[in-house]
Amino acid sequence: MTIESIIWLIPLPPLLAFFLIVLFTHRSKALSHAIAIGAALLSWFGSMYVFLEAMRIGGELGEHPFESVIPWLPAGDSWLEIGVRVDPLTAVTLFFVAWTVLMIFVYSVGYHNFGQPRGDHDRKGLPPHGATVRDDHGHKHVVPSVEPMYSRFFAFIGLFAFGMYTLVVSDNLLTLFVGWEIMGLCSYLLIGFWYGKISARAAMIKAFITTRIGDMFMLLGIAYLYTMVGSLRYADIFTSETLAMLASTPAVGGLFGLSAAGMIGILLFIGTVGKSAQFPLHTWLPDAMEGPTPVSAMIHAATMVSAGVYMVIRMFPLLTAGYDGHGPLTPTLMVMAFIGSFTALFAATIALAQNDIKRVLAYSTISQLGFMIAALGIGAYVAAAFHLITHAFFKALLFLGSGSVIHGMEHGVLHTGKHVDPQNMFNMGGLAKKMPITATTFIIGGAALAGVPFVTAGFWSKDEILADAFGHQHFAVFLVLAVSALMTAFYTMRQIVLTFFGKPRTEAASHAHETSWTMTLPLMVLAFFAITAGWAGIPDYFPLLGTWFPGFFSHFVGHTLPEPPGHVEFSFLPLLTSIIVSLGGLALGYVVYRNYQAGQEDPLKAALRGFHTVLQNKYYLDEIYDFLFVRPAYWLSETFTFRWMDRGVIDGILHGVSWVPSRIGSFLRMYPDRFINWTGDATSEGVKLFGRRFRVIQSGNLQQYMLAALVLTFGTLFVYLYSLLR
Amino acid sequence: MGENGMIPLSWYLILAAALFSIGLFGVLSRKNAVAILMGIELMLNAVNVNLVAFWRYRSPEIISGQAFAVIVLAVAAAEVAVGLALIISVYRRRSTVAADELNLLKW
Repeated sequence: MTIESIIWLIPLPPLLAFFLIVLFTHRSKALSHAIAIGAALLSWFGSMYVFLEAMRIGGELGEHPFESVIPWLPAGDSWLEIGVRVDPLTAVTLFFVAWTVLMIFVYSVGYHNFGQPRGDHDRKGLPPHGATVRDDHGHKHVVPSVEPMYSRFFAFIGLFAFGMYTLVVSDNLLTLFVGWEIMGLCSYLLIGFWYGKISARAAMIKAFITTRIGDMFMLLGIAYLYTMVGSLRYADIFTSETLAMLASTPAVGGLFGLSAAGMIGILLFIGTVGKSAQFPLHTWLPDAMEGPTPVSAMIHAATMVSAGVYMVIRMFPLLTAGYDGHGPLTPTLMVMAFIGSFTALFAATIALAQNDIKRVLAYSTISQLGFMIAALGIGAYVAAAFHLITHAFFKALLFLGSGSVIHGMEHGVLHTGKHVDPQNMFNMGGLAKKMPITATTFIIGGAALAGVPFVTAGFWSKDEILADAFGHQHFAVFLVLAVSALMTAFYTMRQIVLTFFGKPRTEAASHAHETSWTMTLPLMVLAFFAITAGWAGIPDYFPLLGTWFPGFFSHFVGHTLPEPPGHVEFSFLPLLTSIIVSLGGLALGYVVYRNYQAGQEDPLKAALRGFHTVLQNKYYLDEIYDFLFVRPAYWLSETFTFRWMDRGVIDGILHGVSWVPSRIGSFLRMYPDRFINWTGDATSEGVKLFGRRFRVIQSGNLQQYMLAALVLTFGTLFVYLYSLLR
Repeated sequence: MGENGMIPLSWYLILAAALFSIGLFGVLSRKNAVAILMGIELMLNAVNVNLVAFWRYRSPEIISGQAFAVIVLAVAAAEVAVGLALIISVYRRRSTVAADELNLLKW
């Protein structure tokens, strides 16, 4: 089997698993998860094989990627072609997607309480409420119960994996968009997985509609690109002639003096803003935490939202088209740098004041995605890709870890029977002793997110972004990102201290205990990558470490571009900044929350006062959007469209139109109809009367009939003869 | 006596009319279905007499009159067979063959 056919096959097993589960095996939980995990494993094998082959070839792959194309849809006089393409960027993306997807699948088995008894009152569409069991001594215990829609969940994440793989191996924007939309659908389905909860329903609709806004613009961008180039394949778009043509053609309408390339770039970037939850379309992502805790959250942190960043990294040559290497960046990149760094800071501040363990991570995801977008915006191609990958690993780890924590807390809640919010960090504390594996891996993930120097993956990728920003004299971006990184370290430490250190602050927390191996194993695997993934990208020029670990990443991924980006000069200032913000933020967080006791106010609240409330309410953006968009939309549909247009105008016209025939009808019913009725009735009555009178002559006696016939014959004969003779 | 010393045609016609009238009277007045059938036979034979008489006096050179009479005989035989079968069937069901009692076909 050639490598191209293996690439074709990578996305298919999860799709097959989806259909198998939905159509056949959904009644059997064990079979369903076996099929789903088996499919994920097959895709994983394919991805690893392709990744290793790509590694063997190395940077050469950039010029000669694995490619295979087939014609798909006839479009006028040309064909839309679909195909697969694996260049260095795809290879590393496949690597992290394969690992994280496989880990989610395994983790989901434990998260959905496979092997536990059925719940006492569990209903489909609601999270499991726990089951009562009796142990050997006759004591009653409440234990977690198995998810009622277990198989359905595995079907959905199977479809999700198909979407992600399709997006990654695609060699053109069209199939990328198909995968993109499939993931949008799965995201919708998984956020609303517990559709019995009103909040989950609202969140699913919010996520779908918000990302739809981005997708609409992205589709416009794709259409525009197709009009200009006549092809959507990367290989056709990223030729220097095409790019030059796009860069020199003014955009339709000459908007803001943009070139076609700039216009398309901005439209595509708006798609990313929606998908990767950048300001101002970020509000759906924190709400997406309504889904089953770690898994849909992990989709919304490690893989799916990465797709948005992956897409802009993929389109980087187009985004930079027209940039001569000097002077200001292209307008698209400037927009991206601005939005990315703003989002990074903005989301980090909100994360400071959140109490829900998952919401902190959700805002941290938005913030980290902002880092990537900002990195790309300043032209740091490799750094953005690098951060994409390290972030996928450690954010997957953190989310799965938080799921494990919540699971442990839920266990405590069920055990004690006292309801406390199992997601509120202020209800936790001291979990490190109860859940050692979760705690260790979570702290490793947190360290990576905060960027603990020299060891963790997060440090290397974040440092590279900062170094690039500094090296290319984008000091504003550098400053904003550095401050965001400081906050990141701070809220990470806050989270770790509140969750794992100190004493348990609720009874539930003191009864939490470690989750099953299906949940801890993925944590350990991801923790491994959260450390080591960074070593692949240590820059060559880095003192000491750079010579020990040759930085293959930038050589490898950099060759995806026709002209690999050059390195910035090594400078101690950004390195020092990275170290200071990371360690400083962590230390600050530790100092502030070290002595936090149950029932106390959040120390940050005292420090920030009113601003804390603003942060806790996410700058009231949800309320502002509600006021600006949701209510007008409701008003438009309820009052304007329904009451005025539909009820008033359209119904009014129709009622008017129907009034005339209705009047004619009632006139006809009053007068002519009576006459017709009377005639009809009289006819039938007459016939009836006649029949009743004359029926006596039908006596049934044959001889009488014959006599009558004789008389009539004679009578007729007589009349006839008489008339003849006369 | 008419020409050729033959009995005039009208005698036959009168005979046939008388025979027909007797048959008709029997059909109309007799109660017994068998008797009615017999009346019908008389009427048919009256017709036969007419047919043969007209053949002999008007067109003796062609055979159609005789053939017609033979057909009438055959039909009459068939009719008697069916008629008697019907009467027997009626008798089995209703234990009577009186025509005025067989008046089911009325309003």
